[in-house]
Amino acid sequence: MAFPHRPDAPELPDFSMLKRLARDQLIYLLEQQHEVDKLYKVENKPALSSSEQLCFLVRPRIKNMRYIASLVNADKLAGRTRKYKVIFSPQKFYACEMVLEEEGIYGDVSCDEWAFSLLPLDVDLLSMELPEFFRDYFLEGDQCWINTVVQALHLLSTLYGPFPNCYGIGRCAKMAYELWRNLEEEEDGETKGRRPEIGHIFLLDRDVDFVTALCSQVVYEGLVDDTFRIKCGKCHGPLLGTSHMAGLVFNEIRNEHFSNVFGFLSQKARNLQAQYDRRRGMDIKQMKNFVSQELKGLKQEHRLLSLHIGACESIMKKKTKQDFQELIKTEHALLEGFNIRESTSYIEEHIDRQVSPIESLRLMCLLSITENGDARCSLDTHYGPEHLLTFSNLRRAGLLTEQAPGDTLTAVESKVSKLVTDKAAGKITDAFSSLAKRSNFRAISKKLNLIPRVDGEYDLKVPRDMAYVFSGAYVPLSCRIIEQVLERRSWQGLDEVVRLLNCSDFAFTDMTKEDKASSESLRLILVVFLGGCTFSEISALRFLGREKGYRFIFLTTAVTNSARLMEAMSEVKA
Amino acid sequence: MDCYTANWNPLGDSAFYRKYELYSMDWDLKEELRDCLVAAAPYGGPIALLRNPWRKEKAASVRPVLDIYSASGIPLASLLWKSGPVVSLGWSAEEELLCVQEDGAVLVYGLHGDFRRHFSMGNEVLQNRVLDARIFHTEFGSGVAILTGAHRFTLSANVGDLKLRRMPEVPGLQSAPSCWTALCQDRVAHILLAVGPDLYLLDHAACSAVTPPGLAPGVSSFLQMAVSFTYRHLALFTDTGYIWMGTASLKEKLCEFNCNIRAPPKQMVWCSRPRSKERAVVVAWERRLMVVGDASESIQFVLDEDSYLVPELDGVRIFSRSTHEFLHEVPAASEEIFKIASMAPGALLLEAQKEYEKESQKADEYLREIQELGQLTQAVQQCIEAAGHEHQPDMQKSLLRAASFGKCFLDRFPPDSFVHMCQDLRVLNAVRDYHIGIPLTYSQYKQLTIQVLLDRLVLRRLYPLAIQICEYLRLPEVQGVSRILAHWACYKVQQKDVSDEDVARAINQKLGDTPGVSYSDIAARAYGCGRTELAIKLLEYEPRSGEQVPLLLKMKRSKLALSKAIESGDTDLVFTVLLHLKNELNRGDFFMTLRNQPMALSLYRQFCKHQELETLKDLYNQDDNHQELGSFHIRASYAAEERIEGRVAALQTAADAFYKAKNEFAAKATEDQMRLLRLQRRLEDELGGQFLDLSLHDTVTTLILGGHNKRAEQLARDFRIPDKRLWWLKLTALADLEDWEELEKFSKSKKSPIGYLPFVEICMKQHNKYEAKKYASRVGPEQKVKALLLVGDVAQAADVAIEHRNEAELSLVLSHCTGATDGATADKIQRARAQAQKK
Repeated sequence: MAFPHRPDAPELPDFSMLKRLARDQLIYLLEQQHEVDKLYKVENKPALSSSEQLCFLVRPRIKNMRYIASLVNADKLAGRTRKYKVIFSPQKFYACEMVLEEEGIYGDVSCDEWAFSLLPLDVDLLSMELPEFFRDYFLEGDQCWINTVVQALHLLSTLYGPFPNCYGIGRCAKMAYELWRNLEEEEDGETKGRRPEIGHIFLLDRDVDFVTALCSQVVYEGLVDDTFRIKCGKCHGPLLGTSHMAGLVFNEIRNEHFSNVFGFLSQKARNLQAQYDRRRGMDIKQMKNFVSQELKGLKQEHRLLSLHIGACESIMKKKTKQDFQELIKTEHALLEGFNIRESTSYIEEHIDRQVSPIESLRLMCLLSITENGDARCSLDTHYGPEHLLTFSNLRRAGLLTEQAPGDTLTAVESKVSKLVTDKAAGKITDAFSSLAKRSNFRAISKKLNLIPRVDGEYDLKVPRDMAYVFSGAYVPLSCRIIEQVLERRSWQGLDEVVRLLNCSDFAFTDMTKEDKASSESLRLILVVFLGGCTFSEISALRFLGREKGYRFIFLTTAVTNSARLMEAMSEVKA
Repeated sequence: MDCYTANWNPLGDSAFYRKYELYSMDWDLKEELRDCLVAAAPYGGPIALLRNPWRKEKAASVRPVLDIYSASGIPLASLLWKSGPVVSLGWSAEEELLCVQEDGAVLVYGLHGDFRRHFSMGNEVLQNRVLDARIFHTEFGSGVAILTGAHRFTLSANVGDLKLRRMPEVPGLQSAPSCWTALCQDRVAHILLAVGPDLYLLDHAACSAVTPPGLAPGVSSFLQMAVSFTYRHLALFTDTGYIWMGTASLKEKLCEFNCNIRAPPKQMVWCSRPRSKERAVVVAWERRLMVVGDASESIQFVLDEDSYLVPELDGVRIFSRSTHEFLHEVPAASEEIFKIASMAPGALLLEAQKEYEKESQKADEYLREIQELGQLTQAVQQCIEAAGHEHQPDMQKSLLRAASFGKCFLDRFPPDSFVHMCQDLRVLNAVRDYHIGIPLTYSQYKQLTIQVLLDRLVLRRLYPLAIQICEYLRLPEVQGVSRILAHWACYKVQQKDVSDEDVARAINQKLGDTPGVSYSDIAARAYGCGRTELAIKLLEYEPRSGEQVPLLLKMKRSKLALSKAIESGDTDLVFTVLLHLKNELNRGDFFMTLRNQPMALSLYRQFCKHQELETLKDLYNQDDNHQELGSFHIRASYAAEERIEGRVAALQTAADAFYKAKNEFAAKATEDQMRLLRLQRRLEDELGGQFLDLSLHDTVTTLILGGHNKRAEQLARDFRIPDKRLWWLKLTALADLEDWEELEKFSKSKKSPIGYLPFVEICMKQHNKYEAKKYASRVGPEQKVKALLLVGDVAQAADVAIEHRNEAELSLVLSHCTGATDGATADKIQRARAQAQKK
């Protein structure tokens, strides 16, 4: 069932060394440099440790600095003296030092840095584990993490040679790319003359495609992430603690549409049983062989299998209910742009039922972007005043789109709010259909053919295109862009799409005449998602790779999903 | 050839000493050397003369002149001395001239007489005046040792990192010591001094008396002492004309010599070289120079003129008004080859090559002789090595020619040593040239390294030569050419007679994009010379915008610095500039600057959000950003304010701001929130319980759950909760209460705007099939099938579906037909389907 790669697909570089490197660095830093013997999680509460020295390993955030300051000052009040060390990862920011100074503890702490930026979560997935990137850059306009991205790219290019073909789209992508180029030029000679191992690099800003990230995921790995949350490659929920990528079982189902997974697992269970059953009728020698060689593997597989079956059941319970089907149906309708009226009333009902604010927000954003309208409802008093700020955040980040700046918007707003408070809620749909004039998503979708024409049932067992990750209803925009650009080896012919994406100034191609690139390396593509990517996108590109004989490597600031996007934008009472 | 060894003088049995001329001095000295303070830097460094020193107590009206010459006597600088009386001069390892004044101030000058800086040797020195001073070299740099009028010593082991150390007192010292010197042992500087017949060693902790082992008796005073270049050896000259030579640790005696001259020598220095066979001391009197070692006889030279000795790593330089000579022990390789009647392989090879040039067959004989002994490799090596030690290019050439000749008869002789020697000699001959005047020997050159030599050429502003050497030696650009170009550019910007445009253009033309050249460093230099405009022009050439920022800030071009910092993408840099700007500009201007730089603005906002909330508000106010102001106050209403009045007030401010921002929606919502807060407060007062901070929805729910239906309805009306939402709310709340009676009443209050399917669903969620069934019957036809299936009435669902003749509904029902009980129903559906198809 798992699709094999084409025989001519290139080998992936070995990223496990990055992990070893990071581990060794950390151990050295903590044990040798700072003599740490016990680890605690940094939480907003007093430190319980009674040891003479506290060492903090933190992200360089003002919030963390204030926490450390509060601890140190509490110790001072209690007349207690100990040593404090702060290790910033991946780097120290000047603003943090400023805060330490303003809080009057700069002299009490000593600082260090741990330049760790790449965590290999999978053979083809590198994460910078910077979920804050999304909010910091796309909402707050803070560019501090760009340099971290640049350093990560630099590390990759020193390890795996230069990238002969570079493409990108988005403001951040362009900036990161240019800064990285400058850095490479400055440190000339290091990568020069090296044979490129990775032939293409593609940088993409998350805000180029919010739609894909906002959709509910139905590919197994994405679904697990949506349901139980995968964190740093470890899962919560029934798969608790298992490295989610462990085991063959998972490798075979991760990219599968959920509808196939259960069938696959039961088949697998039958096979396993058959293998166990083989022991009947064995003689002593065979039995000995079986116990010493196969049994352990079988048991392991058995354990993982039952875990996944457990997970599946749990997902089934949540997702196969009527609501989920309807939710998916609504999402597909939104993507395809029909039955807007029904979708809107579904969302209305969703709000009326107060299911979950995050979920409602997500649907509203999806509606707003796909219909290019503003779907503001009087959610604030109903969910709490802080959500008024959340709205303003969503709008600033472009998750709630504005049709036109200024008057039209406010006009639309008042219209909508009036309608919402009006008892005739049904009329809201009319308001929206009148709004859905020039919808960029619609136009882009048409240009790029994101909604595949379906003749008959889409066979999810034998996917035809990347749309399978959304049950055949929608090809992820981000992945389609990547596919198109790779095919053309440039943005040529995509001018209109780029314009519709409002990225006319931020789409770039850069080819260096490198004859040294082997044909194998030219089929290896590094895709960089700035602001996070979803498992669905990863699955879709893996599929594309199998079709075309490419291999994709993913570098993302973090693995994300719709809930994480929404939470990042939410204002919560601290 | 016979005359080649004519200037060789044997010292004892094993070693020869030779003296040859480096330069005939070209300087036009008006005064005698003896009337000047003299300082000559080691490694063929410059010579400084301060004429007319104060000790002569001549007419004080004449200001003395400080002259600096190259080792070949070419004047480098001349300046009128305007400061106080100078006691001592000396060169630092960086070839900076240190002038120790009587008041303990040390003035530092560059090679070209440019004043660099000054420092003081401390108050104690200032009070007691400087009696004598020495500049000495350690592995850390250059040190200064001072003897004060109070007969105390103060020293600093490194003038680059000035740490003054006052040495302990010497007990009973009433007058100045007869002689003293600074000694470096185990990385610590000591002072060795002689008082009458006694020697004392001062370290930072104590003063200890020491006795040289094997010192001849009868010494009543030491007149001179000399420490070798490497601080390893010590020589003492006594009033009996006796010289003691031994290790500087005073643990071992090397030898002694009695010269029978009781007059105090003018100078005494060590003359030895690494791996010296016979270490010797050179003693100079007014007209006599004596080389003494472990031999009964000494070598004597007559000095025609007043001379000055400069100890070097591998010999002694001697200069006078007219000449500059070098005296050293003949190196082993040279000795082997040139010694009279030497049969060393190198000597034979040299001979063979000469015969070969004469086309004589003797060449073959010599060659055979060497080859028979299997010493050809050794012979070639000897010739190469000896070439390095020769001063005359002719002799270097003939030795190298011999080596090259010998190489022809060797398989696989590694070429490196020959090639490197040729290169090194080429460089050495170039810098030894009269015009350059750096008379380095091969050993000194190797000790100094090419990098330092290049630095010294740069210091002398000999940029073209330095670049030629770099190119000739093919040094990497970053260490070589670009470094020198950068130095050149730094010098160029100091030429004040050239216009800014011309300088900038000239520099850019020469430097272009040479890797490793930092335009910002050059610009910093230009700014240091007071040429701000030039600095800005130069910064334009700097490709890394981040590098431009610190200097721009220094030059008070903060706004330019800000945009450069933003360009660099380095947020730390932006932040640095921001804080700078904040202190430099008044608040209004600062905000205006921010306004034009959105990236900086958002960075600063981030900071303010956590650290300076008031500033954040001011920022929004300044921009008339009412939307953000509104948001700010909303945040304040729940984050900062505790009291309900404060919260309402914050919300009111927020609402006003939203109105100003023409965001009626937000304004209305905010006003609603105010009303809600007040109401919740009242509810808490009247009903008790927790209402504050609940959302409207939760407030209503709480009321219903508490049985306050009237209040709930009133609230819903007041806040115009849409009907649908209210119905959902009530439905959920009542079901949670399991108040089925009230639910039924509610369901009958009027026609449900959300239909009756939700009633069925919610009852089933609470596992109340009985109640669910009540509502199933009221569900509209469209959802009837779903409702019936929910309550588990498959048969009736099938009937309805068949009645509707709806294919989708039929399949839905069919999928619910499980087990035997529903068999009949399933059949019924199948039949209905078949019938439908027939039609």
